[in-house]
Amino acid sequence: MAEVQVTRSQHSGLVVGGLGIILVAVLAVLPFLVVEGFTNFLVNLFILLALASMWNLLAGYGGLVSVGQQAYIGLGAYTVLFLAQHGLNAFVGVPAAVVVGAVLAIPAAWFLFRLSGGYFAIATWVLAVVAAIVITGIPSLGAGTGASVPGLLNYSAISLGAETYWASLAVAVVAVLATYLLLRSRLGLVLTAVRDNEVAARSVGGKVGRAKLIVYLVSSAGCAAVGAVIAISQLDVQAVNVFNIQWTAYMIFAVLIGGMGTIEGPLIGATIFIVLQQTLSQFNGWYLVLVGGLAMVVAIWIRGGIWGFWASRSSFRIFSVGYFLHAQPPEDGPAPPGIGPSQRPDRRKWLRRLRPRPS
Amino acid sequence: MTLANAIIQGILLGGLLALFAAGLSLLFGVMGVLNLAHGDIAVVAGYLAVALVPALHLPTLWVFLIVVAVLMVCGYLVQRLIFQPSLESGPLTPLLVTLGMSVVIENLLLEIFTANSHSLSIGTFTGGALRVNSQISLSYLSLAILGAAVLSLAAIQLGLSRTKVGRIVRAVADDRDAAQLVGVNYRHIFGLAAAVAFGTVALAGLSLTMYTSISPTAGPTYLIYGFEAVVIGGLGSLWGTLAGGVVLGIAVTVGLLINSDFGALAPHLVFLAVLAVRPQGFFPRRVTA
Repeated sequence: MAEVQVTRSQHSGLVVGGLGIILVAVLAVLPFLVVEGFTNFLVNLFILLALASMWNLLAGYGGLVSVGQQAYIGLGAYTVLFLAQHGLNAFVGVPAAVVVGAVLAIPAAWFLFRLSGGYFAIATWVLAVVAAIVITGIPSLGAGTGASVPGLLNYSAISLGAETYWASLAVAVVAVLATYLLLRSRLGLVLTAVRDNEVAARSVGGKVGRAKLIVYLVSSAGCAAVGAVIAISQLDVQAVNVFNIQWTAYMIFAVLIGGMGTIEGPLIGATIFIVLQQTLSQFNGWYLVLVGGLAMVVAIWIRGGIWGFWASRSSFRIFSVGYFLHAQPPEDGPAPPGIGPSQRPDRRKWLRRLRPRPS
Repeated sequence: MTLANAIIQGILLGGLLALFAAGLSLLFGVMGVLNLAHGDIAVVAGYLAVALVPALHLPTLWVFLIVVAVLMVCGYLVQRLIFQPSLESGPLTPLLVTLGMSVVIENLLLEIFTANSHSLSIGTFTGGALRVNSQISLSYLSLAILGAAVLSLAAIQLGLSRTKVGRIVRAVADDRDAAQLVGVNYRHIFGLAAAVAFGTVALAGLSLTMYTSISPTAGPTYLIYGFEAVVIGGLGSLWGTLAGGVVLGIAVTVGLLINSDFGALAPHLVFLAVLAVRPQGFFPRRVTA
């Protein structure tokens, strides 16, 4: 029996980390270099990217399939409106929304975690509807017609555009980084186990309940932060818009297309979504017909999405959160091949041969 | 007296909500499909009628029959082509796939029929009402919708308990593998159940189009009420579903008496309270169907 060696990635994390820092630095100076239209496009991308990462953490790893994350988007947006109405800078609303989202997620989790599966999903949606109705009933927050965020008109158009861009970039980077760090931590091990098989994860003593709660709080806080950015980028807050289930549909589409249960998937899915939205913008809602149809096809026939399809054929990962097993080379002779994902197709062929044909 | 009127109107509204819930209950109870596009499919049925009534020059009731038949065929095909493969992909995949379907349908309707709302009126019947006294009057349309809901639920219940296909549906819902072992083609049976579910949702959509009006994005609101009725009544109990619809209907109308905002909030609060105290609903069946 050969000794095995465990590594976290096939390449150095430093290389990816360095490239990531360079990419973020380039993105950060973009407002000085390019036209505003392009940064507006990127704001939309960062908003969806952050949302998709948060939903992926929730459903892809935590197994919590929620269709009610728009509750936190709306609460985040209204946090910005409320603070701006009381004289604070709208951008202060972004970190404040994180706190509001996390705090309000605690009672919601207490209620929701008694339920599972479809009941959980429906209950998250109903909670979002209740939040929307309650907020619509408050006249000072604009009631049904909404209200514009005060203070934003004091900015010049250029500096407002740039600051909105930076806020959305920061939220997206923090969302992806938080997901990465969470999965690298001890908790990530439990979450990855839950993703693959929840019963098995519980049976080997994983603290599954605690892991799910943390994931729910992080995801809700993240969605609230994005809601705050949405309020700033749209300049006004309207309940029917920010509490719309469309937001959750968009994040689910991005995750399904890119690949659920991987960090890379939402990045790819969000990019495809926004590029389609942009290129088909003159055809109104047709891009949604296309993206929705694509998400359906991928969900049914290409489980794991685009990144999952790629990952089953290659050992390359951008974010090193998994583990690779390598057999130790024997004292003399050539090194045996690594036992990595690259060998999976063989095993599948075997399984297919063993499995009886479905009727 | 106004309270009595509110309760009576709530019971009538409950018929409409139960009609939405019947198909959901069947899809969820038999196949385990949580159909998030259910409300949108009802809206499709409404738009189909809106488009066909002026085009076909047939009596409106004939058009309604055509719409129900078309949707039943759609139901069978959707089950075989979309729901079945997604069920095989994972227990919650149907939820995500039908959410995609919902967005696709809404945007197609927006492109074809614009965002304007449409309504159907069938002559004097839509406006007429049965006057009980000076305060309480029952509109013929609401009575007809409640009647349609009771008849549909009774037909499904009878069909499930008395017919051969119904017995097979119950067997498949109970233990799919065992049913398959004795030679049941469960995919075909699921298709038939979906056809019935789509038939009831077509009735719900037609009722809604006459009761108020429909717009491309009207579906999700009624979908939520439908789910709430299913959960309050207890999954698998069709009469429970009717009771759930009536409870929600009364919550809406009595809530409206208190405050115009509370009318929208009250049914959801009732639902959340039931979910917190009794998540299995009030009339759960041990054998689903």
